[in-house]
Amino acid sequence: MAMKKTSQRISVASLDDLVNVAEATKEQEQQYKYQICICVAAGCISQNSDAVRDALIAGVEARGLEDEVQVKGVGCMGLCAAGPLVRVDPAGIVYQRVTVDELILPQDIPFFERQQKIVLENCGIIDPEAITEYIAAGGYLALHKALTEMTPAEVIDVVTRSGLRGRGGGGYPSGLKWVTVAKAESETKYVICNADEGDPGAFMDRSVLESDPHRVIEGMAIAGYAVGANRGYIYVRAEYPLAVERLELAIKQARWAGILGSGVFGTTFDFSIELRLGAGAFVCGEETALIASIEGRRGVPRPRPPYPADYGLWGQPTLINNVETFANVAPIIRNGGDWFAAIGTDKSKGTKVFALAGQIVNTGLIEVPMGITLREIVYDIGGGLPEGRKYKAVQTGGPSGGCVPEQFLDMPVDYESLREVGSFMGSGGMIVMDDSSSMVEVARYFMEFSMTESCGKCIPCRAGTRQMYDLLSKVAGGEAQQSDLDLLVELGDLLQNTCLCGLGKAAPNPVVSTMQYFEDEYLERLVDGGTAADPAGES
Amino acid sequence: MPAQATAETSTADKRWKLVEATMRKNGYRPDALIETLHTVQGVFGYIDREALKFVAERLPVSPSQIYGVVTFYHYFQMKPQGRHTCSVCTGTACHIKGSKALLDDIEAHYGLKDGETTPDGRVSLLTVRCIGACGLAPAAVFDGEVEGSMTPDLLHERLDNWLAEEDEGNGDEEN
Repeated sequence: MAMKKTSQRISVASLDDLVNVAEATKEQEQQYKYQICICVAAGCISQNSDAVRDALIAGVEARGLEDEVQVKGVGCMGLCAAGPLVRVDPAGIVYQRVTVDELILPQDIPFFERQQKIVLENCGIIDPEAITEYIAAGGYLALHKALTEMTPAEVIDVVTRSGLRGRGGGGYPSGLKWVTVAKAESETKYVICNADEGDPGAFMDRSVLESDPHRVIEGMAIAGYAVGANRGYIYVRAEYPLAVERLELAIKQARWAGILGSGVFGTTFDFSIELRLGAGAFVCGEETALIASIEGRRGVPRPRPPYPADYGLWGQPTLINNVETFANVAPIIRNGGDWFAAIGTDKSKGTKVFALAGQIVNTGLIEVPMGITLREIVYDIGGGLPEGRKYKAVQTGGPSGGCVPEQFLDMPVDYESLREVGSFMGSGGMIVMDDSSSMVEVARYFMEFSMTESCGKCIPCRAGTRQMYDLLSKVAGGEAQQSDLDLLVELGDLLQNTCLCGLGKAAPNPVVSTMQYFEDEYLERLVDGGTAADPAGES
Repeated sequence: MPAQATAETSTADKRWKLVEATMRKNGYRPDALIETLHTVQGVFGYIDREALKFVAERLPVSPSQIYGVVTFYHYFQMKPQGRHTCSVCTGTACHIKGSKALLDDIEAHYGLKDGETTPDGRVSLLTVRCIGACGLAPAAVFDGEVEGSMTPDLLHERLDNWLAEEDEGNGDEEN
């Protein structure tokens, strides 16, 4: 990064300190007439946005405008497809693909207007490497409020009333998880942030960590206070070096400020956070495997119960939530549980961050209220498919999810609705496919993934994914018969019911959903063209 | 092999100190293992038997357990990599946008499959499961730099540059 931020070594011991830092930072920013914000998250950086930033800094200096114009790197603005993105404030004009030509990106397009930002509210606004900017944006006020005005039980009550559910995919009510850990009797408890975003096609957590790392730290500290834990771990993928770097810096800044460590805000609360690097094993997203990995062992899951809430890291009660879940905590504490519960649907509250990718015009990161329809996401926000391409399916939930065909485009997006159509919320990857994608190939792709990532501990998963993969290859190669399809269904059922952990249990989902909605594609590849096997003779 | 190992140990003292530092920072506890292996791979490029022994002698973990951990996680490499590495992302978005075609092309033109290194040790080809650059699919990582919207032409350009540049580099050293 361009400069070492020594000014970020601040001390924050009280509400006054928070307010002072916030005001001083805002005042400092108001000295400038203009601010030029360049996205320096991974998407734009890979398109040389850091060079754009350096050029802008040099350009401002060359014109002697340092006192009027501030140039700063900020986190993800979401529309990665149009990067590198540069926003000029206060006018709020966003320039896209800033390299040779500068093209203005209008802000009143559906991509921006249809979104509602809670988790991503600071992304693309603040400098992720400056704790002062996080504080100026209202950061750490929620932690202060929790520590000085609320009991741990009251904090949990607010989270419960908010209706927040686990954003890692399962959708387990967060309040319930917190209560269980809070009630567990032990001197030592742990809070773990699952940042092992292993779903291929998902990059929400990466963007949050790169764009607003303090938000995750604040959520974890509040959780630590609520459940009675003094130690937190963030288990983050080694494949995300930028996220690791910014998290390390954010933890250091929070420690300097006295926000992590002992006696936070003059209370007796004591909390520290350490990073642990993953090493490329998808199964480590499963909570017991993740714990094994933090303990330095092979990331192999174990049967539950006991759940980590009772018996987790080093046998102690442990709260595990994912990045996006923790990122929701501070706004909930700040604004109240009822505020959050008013957003979304009956059973799925709040917003969800999705990573839009595949055959869609606006690839990138979006945050929408739960209950929005798939059609709005794909066609309004996503801008539809590139010209000449025809919608076929949206894949959600990665290797654990399914493909949603056209007839369900008007379905609301929430945990229950997606399950009803055989898919899965997952962590938020959404991959749009057009009619050039073969659904058998898609199923085979995900099965290959699950097969490779199977840890090998339980036989249904280790052998079952292999058998299903071989059968799918047979179908793809035009060598299968109806009996092979029957066997696929039978094996799918077996895996769903007998595997040890979520990886194996969910591995058949892409096969089941594509067989259900795109049966023709399977039948037409059978040895006899499916005619004998399909009495209706439709194909 | 032994000669090479000693040469490496003597010239690489500083690097072993970095490995030692990671273990110390984690109190030489068993859970320091994965962090330590990250440091080993970070400073040496891969984890060989010597490194494995070095770690096993200092942490309360047996060599067999360490071997188990190293082979379990995809990120850890036990073979030296080429001077340059090209990792093609095979995440879902990249798959949909043609990463398979990129890999086929590399195999056809350079005879490289996933995990292989050119015989002259210049370029290694790897695949990765989603680097989170789905908005830029298909993506590839060239020596740590992510590049999006990959095409066979762009790939050729990068790989050919590496192969050419190495020729000159070696020649200069020898002179």
